[in-house]
Amino acid sequence: MAQVFNGGIHPRYFRELTRDKPLREAKLPGEVVIPLSQHIGAPAEPVVKPGDMVKVGTLIGRSSKFISASVHSSLSGRVTAVESRPHPVLGNALAVVIEGDGKDEHELFSSQDPENVSPEEVKKLILQAGIVGLGGAAFPAHVKLTLPEGKKVDTFILNGAECEPYLTGDYRIMVERTDDVVGGLKIIKRILKAEKAYVGIEEDKAEAVKSMSEALKNEKSIEVIPLKVKYPQGGEKQLIKTILNREVPGGSLPLDVGCMVSNVGTALSVYEAVSFGKPLYRRVVTVTGAIVKNPVNLLARIGTRIGDLIEECGGLSENAGKVITGGPMMGLAQYSLDVPVIKGTTGILCLGEKEISFHEELPCIRCARCVDVCPMGLLPTEMRKKVKAGHWEELKDYSLSDCLECGCCQYVCPAYIPLVHLFKLGKSELQRIRQS
Amino acid sequence: MKEGFIITASPHIRSGVDVGSMMRAVIYALIPVVAVSIYLFRIKAVILIAVCIVTALLTEVIFQKIRHKKITLSDGSALVTGLLFALILPPGIPLGTAALGAVIAIALGKQIFGGLGYNIFNPALVGRAFLMASFPVLLTTWVKPFSLDAVTKATPLGLMKFQGAATPLLNLFLGQTAGSLGETSAVAILLGGAFLIWKGYIDWRIPAGYTFTVFLLGEFIHLINPVKFPSPFFQVLAGGLLLGAFFMATDPVTTPVTIKGRWIFGIGSGVLLIGIRIWGGLPEGVMYSILLMNMTVPLINRYTRPKPFGTRRGR
Repeated sequence: MAQVFNGGIHPRYFRELTRDKPLREAKLPGEVVIPLSQHIGAPAEPVVKPGDMVKVGTLIGRSSKFISASVHSSLSGRVTAVESRPHPVLGNALAVVIEGDGKDEHELFSSQDPENVSPEEVKKLILQAGIVGLGGAAFPAHVKLTLPEGKKVDTFILNGAECEPYLTGDYRIMVERTDDVVGGLKIIKRILKAEKAYVGIEEDKAEAVKSMSEALKNEKSIEVIPLKVKYPQGGEKQLIKTILNREVPGGSLPLDVGCMVSNVGTALSVYEAVSFGKPLYRRVVTVTGAIVKNPVNLLARIGTRIGDLIEECGGLSENAGKVITGGPMMGLAQYSLDVPVIKGTTGILCLGEKEISFHEELPCIRCARCVDVCPMGLLPTEMRKKVKAGHWEELKDYSLSDCLECGCCQYVCPAYIPLVHLFKLGKSELQRIRQS
Repeated sequence: MKEGFIITASPHIRSGVDVGSMMRAVIYALIPVVAVSIYLFRIKAVILIAVCIVTALLTEVIFQKIRHKKITLSDGSALVTGLLFALILPPGIPLGTAALGAVIAIALGKQIFGGLGYNIFNPALVGRAFLMASFPVLLTTWVKPFSLDAVTKATPLGLMKFQGAATPLLNLFLGQTAGSLGETSAVAILLGGAFLIWKGYIDWRIPAGYTFTVFLLGEFIHLINPVKFPSPFFQVLAGGLLLGAFFMATDPVTTPVTIKGRWIFGIGSGVLLIGIRIWGGLPEGVMYSILLMNMTVPLINRYTRPKPFGTRRGR
């Protein structure tokens, strides 16, 4: 059934660093810095002020617009500041700083029976819990699950591909929290009224395929699909192509071809919100890299300083050349260890000075390796020329907006050309032109 | 913990392949061809190869000095051009003539366009085309393999075209025939070509499209006139087709970037080759077929753009 998508690469995965170690609860931080914007859409509006006492789960930022998400405290203690702080994506952004009192008291909302809760109730709970897509994009989940008038979803796909090298958080969740993930999957499938659901897992994650299949063996309409290992298999469009052989056209959403995809971490959060009344105040973070002394998957409170999580994993055996939030293909290089874990932080990857390639750009030899690996069927070599020349209008003909920024082209480029950087630049330039 | 990390856009890892390693792979792939050429033409081969390579490297350095550019010998591209250029010359060519050709290959074939990555034509073939136009006799005088003195002998294609004599296919396959330094042994070329395809550095579509087109058209004309036109196996094995198909028509810089375009390039070269072999005044046509197709590359790229993902609905 499962096919393959065109293009893609086979990088070295380095999953052995963390994959066989059980999830561990991170130490309670003394202080958390919780940004009010951790998602796509409008920032949440602060509802606390310095001096206020909060518990774990207390609402500290209210979702202000439809496309936005609420933010909760991840620590019990006192609010010390509401001010601009370092942010892993935005540089600096408004954040609530909370000093812990060490008591770890929780404030949960009332839980529901996941088998019988009504779709409206679920959506309300998801909105209330501040759930966003945990695969990295952090799109507010209640928005995604609210289908526009006239749209129907016949198939729901749970994304357990986890194709980024190094990351194993989703894998550990599927192995250790199988029933809760399945619970979340069933809730989402039910509220979408999808007839069919699939769980896509790369076949090298055999343990996860086994436990998920076992948990779903009595479900006729839910199937686990082992996928060929290839990056970016976990890209939404690639996943839909391989499992359903449907292609989402450029500029469209999976909805337009009748399906929806969510990450396993998101399904787990949905289940926790519904059955335990828990808002999203912690997530799994893969702290990894060859230079990390004891790499492991940590259950970290949102707002924990990433430097603290690295320390908790024994620190580094040599100087880091790069510290990345997310994976090595699409993650963001950080300038400081003071940035906090946010809802979209899938991992913290430390690369040693010797592991990073930093090489002067060479002339393009038009070898077209980038063309061969592009999973979107684009021509990176030509797009590069247009960006460099500033031919913005012509870029539209090359479907630059379809670029996933997955990095395959740059990964294989023998001339060290920073293609993704150029495409990001081209995209923002096009957006600027459109707006003016 | 030390801070002051390097900040770049993603991705943060890359494959180990760079321009230098790709060029080195081409050199490795040519080892069997070079070995056979030295076996057949002895010291003449060694000297000719050395002269071409040294001249190519020197020309590259001098040109880059004049243009105040960084010296980029380490990328290996001038070395590849020099070596390939030697391999498409007649083994008995005077060394001065060969050196002149190597200068032209690098200077007019590559540097004048702006250096590596910007040239339109395959540099080695530009050098050879120049010599062909300037010294047609020297470029069509062939020596017999294993002979230390200059005993001339016609190439298999020449024998066929001008005397109607066929060379046994096994000789063509193994390479004990007259011809350019590196073109005579099909088996050595196929070994190197297979290595490059396996490494993923060249696309099999170009050599496949090129040779199959020559084979099919060769079969067609052979059926029409078996006396004048030899068997398609002969068309494929004789002359420089295989060397051209695996090592010249696959030059990344001067061939299309699209997959469809690579098919067109290979097939187009094949059609031109057979046309030249039938109607041309010369027995051979690999050089001109590739050079002519080089000119069409921008056009091919333009009209063979792939359809982006999602525009192929309902497949």
